[in-house]
Amino acid sequence: MNFSFLHFFHFNYTFQWGVAFAHLPELLQGAVVTLELGLLTFWGGALIGLLGASLKTFGGPFLRRVADVYVVFFTNTPALIQIYFLLYGLGDIGILWDPFTCTLIGLTLNAGAYLTEIMRAGFISVHRTEMEAAETLGMSVWQRIRFVIVPHIAKVIYPALANFFIVILVMGTSVGAIVGVDELTGQAINISTENYRWLEMFVVVAGIYVVLTLIASLSLALVGRWAFRVKAKVL
Amino acid sequence: MLERLAMEAPRFFAPHNLALLLEAMGMTLALTVVGCVLGFLLAFGIVFLRQTPGRLALPIRFMAIFYVEIFRRIPFLVVTYLVLFFIQAFVNNASLFAIAVIAICIYSTAYTADIIRGGFESVARQQTEAAAAMNFSRWQTLVSVIIPQSWPVILPPAVAFAVGFIKDTALVSQVGVFELTFRAKEMNNEGFSALLVFGTTALLYFAMSYPLSRWGRWLEQRLASSPSKRSQQRLRPAHRS
Amino acid sequence: MHHLQVKDLSSAYGPLTVLKSVNLTLGKGEVVALIGPSGSGKSTILRVLMGLTPPTAGEVWVDGTAIDYRSAASIRAARERMAIVFQQYNLFQNMDVMRNVTIAPVKIKRRPRAEVEAEAVRLLAKVGLADKHHAYPDELSGGQQQRVAIARALALKPEILLLDEVTSALDPELVNEVLDTIRGLAAEGMTMLIVSHEMGFVREVASRVVMMDKGQVVEEGTPKQIFDTPRTDRAREFVGKILRH
Repeated sequence: MNFSFLHFFHFNYTFQWGVAFAHLPELLQGAVVTLELGLLTFWGGALIGLLGASLKTFGGPFLRRVADVYVVFFTNTPALIQIYFLLYGLGDIGILWDPFTCTLIGLTLNAGAYLTEIMRAGFISVHRTEMEAAETLGMSVWQRIRFVIVPHIAKVIYPALANFFIVILVMGTSVGAIVGVDELTGQAINISTENYRWLEMFVVVAGIYVVLTLIASLSLALVGRWAFRVKAKVL
Repeated sequence: MLERLAMEAPRFFAPHNLALLLEAMGMTLALTVVGCVLGFLLAFGIVFLRQTPGRLALPIRFMAIFYVEIFRRIPFLVVTYLVLFFIQAFVNNASLFAIAVIAICIYSTAYTADIIRGGFESVARQQTEAAAAMNFSRWQTLVSVIIPQSWPVILPPAVAFAVGFIKDTALVSQVGVFELTFRAKEMNNEGFSALLVFGTTALLYFAMSYPLSRWGRWLEQRLASSPSKRSQQRLRPAHRS
Repeated sequence: MHHLQVKDLSSAYGPLTVLKSVNLTLGKGEVVALIGPSGSGKSTILRVLMGLTPPTAGEVWVDGTAIDYRSAASIRAARERMAIVFQQYNLFQNMDVMRNVTIAPVKIKRRPRAEVEAEAVRLLAKVGLADKHHAYPDELSGGQQQRVAIARALALKPEILLLDEVTSALDPELVNEVLDTIRGLAAEGMTMLIVSHEMGFVREVASRVVMMDKGQVVEEGTPKQIFDTPRTDRAREFVGKILRH
């Protein structure tokens, strides 16, 4: 039997897990940055999403168009390109922002587009009859928004929001590593360039991401059950 | 600024450059299609394994569930790096394209598996029971009864995932594959203005992603009709009973 | 020798006992009806026989051959000899009538397609659906679907036919067409085990009636015996309630 195909392989890699675990503190620092980036992106995106959804639902034809173009553009182009555009493109005009800021703004604009659609689904779900009932009860517009619309919408879109937060956390923030942000993946790259234990580092990092997202999912599901009585999937 | 753009534009949009960008777009689409189609097929395998009955098959079921739950929670960039380093540790002269495709495959299998499982579970249990009562094997039931009834529910989200993945292939540029983002970065490094380069690149991604996502939505609506209507859609309507 | 013999059959779902030591026999060509309130385990017996629900104790023989429900091969053998028609018809939604009827004999039993199709045409004519070969289940009424389901079961050439409340899901106007089909089968000498709520029909077609309650056989006898002169209190109570309308 011809075993020459084995020349493709070389089995002389020795795993050194100790090295990877020795750098756990630095990795966890990176994880903190990941969470920071994730939270800032989410809330910033949520504000944009609220604005965009409002424009799409209540705005005139021009404003609706603007929101549409924004959403369509940012949901059909990669976040990485958006970040490159900010990081290198603005540099051409003389605006020099650091990688973290560019990543934050890029991801926020990106997230805002997706969140606009999520929020809009929430807006649409409020039936006209609920609004009319609130009106006949003598509530002012502000009261209507506060006591009828927002709780209803919050409950309807909470699962989608919670899920999207996980998406941002896991997928979104890792993009920052490419431009030099010291979040979890970025830290792994930093450390690996020094000790050359890329494989072990990234396996550990993968593990941390899994743990991070499991904790986040669990917490969000519990919050959902208590605060909104939403029966979201725990895992 | 605008003068600079005006000056660069002819050089940037020269045939040589455009050809390069076009080729890179082809690479992006090739990666997406090959990776996601392979992922789709493997995902069927994962779901089939996950549904193996019997106590002896518990480890198999566990592995299938474990795989999906793990790879859905790791960022694609990290998966790509893991595949890169793992393969380079053990294989000489591994093709970067192959590494990229394997990474896309591993990632898309995990996501598509959940779509497929949802589709299979949407088929009423009674259909499976009727098949079992007639001695259909699990595989025969899957092929003759479950898949035909669940693909209208499986295909649209699977297609949407693949179309969305066109954007994620940008991350594969980190591995050195000559797809669109890699070429764009290269051109920026060569000196072209970033606004020009990344602006154009964004539009190129848009040109790939948007039409396909519209097509995906059309597909979803088309598949939403019942089997009898679907069988009549290609022919003129037959006599209704 | 009995065509079907069930001895001390028990089945449990966790802590819930669904069947308790059920004994049942069917002779060749006999039509036995299982009656009783909901949850009495009537349908469960049919499901256990077809290997859809595992028994926890007891023995089953088909024509003298014992069936071991822990063995996949044995269950397959059982399914070769018995066929079931479900309450919800359970036709394959993605196939037209002809394919529903022919797929199992062709794909599973590996009989030649031409022979199976000819047989299917004959069976569909017999159940009164000769003009519906290429209709899909969602284009048919409940009664029509149920008759296709019967044709589908008959295409398997079973020795014993199990009918699980086959008219319970139908609109009243559609019940008779299905009952007519079953009457025909009984007249032809098909061994059948029927679970039904249609007492008039049971009285007419069954040679024996078995009454069940809470997973156990309460009483058994000819239709005349069960309906006119029930011996046990439980049977008397049940018969009294159902015969009031």
